[in-house]
Amino acid sequence: MERKANTSIVLKANVKGPGKFTRVFLTLYDVFEFVARFFREAFLPPYEGKELVRQCFDIGYRSLLLISTTGFITGMVFTKQSRPSLAEFGATSWLPSLVAIALLRTLAPLLTSLIAAGKVGSSIGAELGSMRVTEQIDAMEVSATNPFKFLVTTRVLASTITIPILTFYTALVGMLGALLNVYISEGTSAVAFFQTSLESITFLDIIASTVKAVIFGFTIGIVGCYQGYNSSKGTEGVGKAANSSVVIGMFLIFIEEVISVQFFAMFRS
Amino acid sequence: MQCSDPDPVEQKKTTDTNLEKVITIRNLYKAFGNFEVLKDVNLDLYKGENLVVLGKSGTGKSVLIKILVGLLTCDSGEVIVLKKHVDHITYKELLELRLKVGFSFQNSALYDSMTVAENLKFPLVRNQRKLGKAEVNRSVEEVLDAVGLLATLNQMPSELSGGQRKRVGIARTLILQPEIMLYDEPTAGLDPITCEDINSLINEVQERYHTSSIIITHDLTCAKAVGNRVAILLDGKFERQGTFEEVFNTDDDRVKPFYDYNFIQ
Ligand SMILES: Nc1ncnc2c1ncn2[C@@H]1O[C@H](COP(=O)(O)OP(=O)(O)OP(=O)(O)O)[C@@H](O)[C@H]1O
Ligand SMILES: [Mg+2]
Repeated sequence: MERKANTSIVLKANVKGPGKFTRVFLTLYDVFEFVARFFREAFLPPYEGKELVRQCFDIGYRSLLLISTTGFITGMVFTKQSRPSLAEFGATSWLPSLVAIALLRTLAPLLTSLIAAGKVGSSIGAELGSMRVTEQIDAMEVSATNPFKFLVTTRVLASTITIPILTFYTALVGMLGALLNVYISEGTSAVAFFQTSLESITFLDIIASTVKAVIFGFTIGIVGCYQGYNSSKGTEGVGKAANSSVVIGMFLIFIEEVISVQFFAMFRS
Repeated sequence: MQCSDPDPVEQKKTTDTNLEKVITIRNLYKAFGNFEVLKDVNLDLYKGENLVVLGKSGTGKSVLIKILVGLLTCDSGEVIVLKKHVDHITYKELLELRLKVGFSFQNSALYDSMTVAENLKFPLVRNQRKLGKAEVNRSVEEVLDAVGLLATLNQMPSELSGGQRKRVGIARTLILQPEIMLYDEPTAGLDPITCEDINSLINEVQERYHTSSIIITHDLTCAKAVGNRVAILLDGKFERQGTFEEVFNTDDDRVKPFYDYNFIQ
């Protein structure tokens, strides 16, 4: 214990060298290198296919229940809240279209990835962090295997693949919630509901959502992995890695959402 | 101080220093920030010998062997492992070298999301991709048998005791059939009986797999039971190395406590 305390003092004294500004750039460079390494390792064989599939299932399984409930309730509540505004213009028949567009374009991608950032991002951060702390990553390294490939590329790929799938699932569940609401209020049939709502969805909407979800999924994976993989030694490092995976992940998702809304708006006009 | 021997552990034969050297360390220097850990380390490991490295907690024993496998880099000096300069080799060469050097971690470092069998398979299937399933399973069973833990094949690491974890960790490195074994405190925190088991395991590995080993320990009984030679790390240097008697026949206040604590009731 004494030994650890000792080191951290030495380390702090040492880190004081470069200024704040330099440190930010060093971190950015480090992140850049991490991402570059991900792309290098992801495309070069050997592939960790089995582990990738396992991670995909793990991510899906871990967030399915929460996403289902949240998606359903959001669809239902959103429909209920939008009704009065539309009723003013006598346009309640537009309700299905409105809900479909809102869900697909924004609510589903954002909800899914925020939930995944909380559930998946934190557990990736904690898992890799504790593997770093207990020297399991070093153990892989010294046995001439590639821990980056086994741990990082599989997790980042898995969340990049799984989040888009979950996004469409959320949209669907949300639509079911909306359907329940309009069925109770207006007695709209399921066939009519889905016909109107699907008519309003364009190909661009689907592409845009997919692209967004892919970016969000990649962000969640890479942030969690970066934090965990580079976690500081010591138990508090694990907690910090898990926590910052969520905070940074969510923050980046919001920024990406704002940028992508601007970007896809260019194609819509 | 006399080394009259209150315990029955038999002293092993010392190394013939005309043998080939598998590890050579010269003037190794390593610091973390301003904190000098290893100041001027010189050490040789001869083929087939068990070299015991003793030293106080925090003197940099773990750091030293991590430098040997490239987990840490040294600041200056020369480190030659199996004729390769660890500092100046490509990543590919380093991987080849790591295959020949087994590293047993102080805390075992088992992969806790995998069963014992998967732990052992992990390095094997990734390094020898041509092996069939049956061959892999056979190797796994063979090394587990060698450490006497065949029954734990399908258990998770969290279900094992500290001593069992140590042995599985050793098995996981043995499965790659290394030429050099580095044991980081193999007996730390274990009861005397389990310690004896581990000691005989280390000796068995030496005979059965013809490895050269560095064994880091605080435990002189272990040192005596497994070591052909002893080196003691004091203030970042190996000031004393040789046979057990040579090292402990001194009045040095930094050395005596080791002996007194272990052997004087
Ligand atoms: N990655 C690191 N960064 C900074 N300091 C470190 C690092 N690794 C080790 N140290 C410091 O180097 C010193 C030696 O550590 P090391 O783990 O080698 O000790 P040790 O001799 O193995 O002790 P023990 O017997 O307790 O295992 C310690 O003071 C430790 O704080
Ligand atoms: Mg140590």
